[in-house]
Amino acid sequence: MAPFLLELELFGIRLCPWTWLAYTLAGLVHIALILNLVAVGALIFIWLERKISGRIQDRLGPTRVGGKFGWLQTLADGIKLLTKEDLMPEQADGFLFKIAPYVSFCASIGAFIAIPFAGGAYPWISQHLNAGVFFVLAVLGLEVFGVILAGYSSASKWSLFGAMREAAQVVSYEVPLGMCIVVPVLIAGSLDLVVIGDRQAGWFTNWLIFHDPFTFITFWVYFTCAIASVNRAPFDLAEAESELVAGFHTEYSGLRWSFFFMAEYGSMLSVSMLAAILFLGGWHGPIPVADLLGLQPENGFALGYLGQLLGATNVILKGTIGVCVMMWVRWTLPRLRIDQVMTTCLKYCTPIAAVMFLGATVWLFNWPGKNFFGLLDVPAAVYEISDGASGGEQIPSVVTPADRVAFEASTETKNKRENL
Amino acid sequence: MDAIYWPSFFFLLFGGLACAFAVAVLLSSNIVRMAFYLVLSLAATAGLMFLAGAEFVGAMQLMIYVGGTLVLLIFGVMLTSQERFVEMHTWAGDWVKGFLAGGALLFVLIYAAFSIPAWRGIERATVEAIPAQKSVTPIAMGLLGARTDAPDRSGYLLPFEIVSVHLLVVLVGAAYLARAKRSRESKIV
Amino acid sequence: MINLPANPMLFANLLTEPVGVAHYVTVGAVLFVCGALCMATKRNALGVLMGIELVLNGANLNFIAFGSPYLRSDAHNLGLDGQLMALFVIVLAAAEAAVALAIALNFYNNHDSIDVDRAAQLRG
Repeated sequence: MAPFLLELELFGIRLCPWTWLAYTLAGLVHIALILNLVAVGALIFIWLERKISGRIQDRLGPTRVGGKFGWLQTLADGIKLLTKEDLMPEQADGFLFKIAPYVSFCASIGAFIAIPFAGGAYPWISQHLNAGVFFVLAVLGLEVFGVILAGYSSASKWSLFGAMREAAQVVSYEVPLGMCIVVPVLIAGSLDLVVIGDRQAGWFTNWLIFHDPFTFITFWVYFTCAIASVNRAPFDLAEAESELVAGFHTEYSGLRWSFFFMAEYGSMLSVSMLAAILFLGGWHGPIPVADLLGLQPENGFALGYLGQLLGATNVILKGTIGVCVMMWVRWTLPRLRIDQVMTTCLKYCTPIAAVMFLGATVWLFNWPGKNFFGLLDVPAAVYEISDGASGGEQIPSVVTPADRVAFEASTETKNKRENL
Repeated sequence: MDAIYWPSFFFLLFGGLACAFAVAVLLSSNIVRMAFYLVLSLAATAGLMFLAGAEFVGAMQLMIYVGGTLVLLIFGVMLTSQERFVEMHTWAGDWVKGFLAGGALLFVLIYAAFSIPAWRGIERATVEAIPAQKSVTPIAMGLLGARTDAPDRSGYLLPFEIVSVHLLVVLVGAAYLARAKRSRESKIV
Repeated sequence: MINLPANPMLFANLLTEPVGVAHYVTVGAVLFVCGALCMATKRNALGVLMGIELVLNGANLNFIAFGSPYLRSDAHNLGLDGQLMALFVIVLAAAEAAVALAIALNFYNNHDSIDVDRAAQLRG
């Protein structure tokens, strides 16, 4: 490097170890990757939704734009939206009206910060958080802010009604959603999404959905609540076009409107990927292809990279399948009434989730270290992943039968000592 | 001269945002905008908590505080959306008195904070040598009464139980207070 | 007066040296004062409630700062106690907000307004 570069200073800060540049670039790469996933994902999902809805309704869907299958339809739509006039109602609260779509979009993207795309020793994750699940859940809940701001600032009754419905719905559904998420957390013994994903390494029998009957039911409750929390039909009361014109985005047009849609598709993908990581093995496919072929970091960088790429493909594919199921549900079921939405949450989802949580606790206590409905043992490798506590002390994330024996022995001696 | 220390940079960023939006809450008179600024201020504070190594508390802050503010926002819209109540102005005298008292308090607090040498931070080399600590499991163990980080300190099992009962009582009480007792007669005020 | 570190360029020093408890406490103090002023000056009951949230939040930030190993040497560190205290504060703040909102709703039912200056009578 040229010598004068080594002595460069800015406001008394030495620039020379160009680590700051490296950090900035690394951060930008992460942002670009996540933005691309959400934006390109939305492009594909919107096209997919048109095709799927077309087929379900016995028609073809888009066929012309871009040659075969109309695959450029969304891009054409995007250009149309870009060139549309950007309207704002005269009575609107301008600042909040303008910022609301970006709030939604930021919350939707923010969740991807802590969602891993591949695990192992070198996980593909933007920010490896110790409390990853919790963070994702918290950030996903922020998306509703944009909707409420939009509803309030539009100065329209339809928008306000839509926003109020959405607020009530999202706040209510966070309760069963959180309870469902606790079940895999309980089994894996960690809030870290990477640890939860790697708890399910190996064949599909290790997936947490097949851990016991309770987790199997929990998954379906989770998926129902996830659909409700991202406001998809049959829970899309916020934009019920038969009653509320278009709900919270009645007054929006052009690019701002499309931001709401990108946020919706982004959060659909993130809750589906969360479901994949929590219940469906995450980056581990049904057949451990990467392990069988030796695509692991121990066998060199290139092979390890390929394995991780396979894992990321797996997670994104599972997420996409989840999104497709949401579309299937949307075009199959009629919209619920608002009281039915609240009944589903409070009278069905929450109690079921609570019972499943209790059941999974009891199951885990009785058959620790078992997988696949208690028929198979947890692979030995899983025990090595432990959530190390501070101070060098190790707390096993999965309680083995041996641990329990040791614990009981220690408490027994303690009790005896106290009796003496 | 040293190279840039990134945590300090992010401290300045988040701290500045938290303070700026807190002031915005104070100066704004529209309740919905106040709630919006409050959310941003609380989110920036969550960033500061992440920076100080308290991941779990930061996520909890995002979830509960910001979620709680969401409900505040909804109430703000519900209870003040009529045109005449959107802005309730404060008298100028109150502002002057408030700023005098608040400024004096702020000065005293900051002066006190910086007058203690041990509070001004530790050497960069020392900080960089501290290994990253996972705090979620020790917090959980602490709440269950078994401290793994500092065995000589007591656990928090009893406060945890009290808080959960307290929450239940509060939920029941709030539902009782807020239930629709009678249909509202519209009074002209 | 305040004894600042030797470096005259305070801003540059802030960027190149780790921050300490004092900096966090400063942010906490600003949040606290803003919240206290909110409580004192706002006439909207919800504004007063937001002031309370800000005050609690400033206190929380102090707990975190005193418990963080990165801000102060370990000898007088609160350790995890700081984080645990902060958790309890957050939970209690949520409970307080629920009750306060219920009161605000009742007040609105009785007075058609949530201007706290109207809450001058004992009869509902």
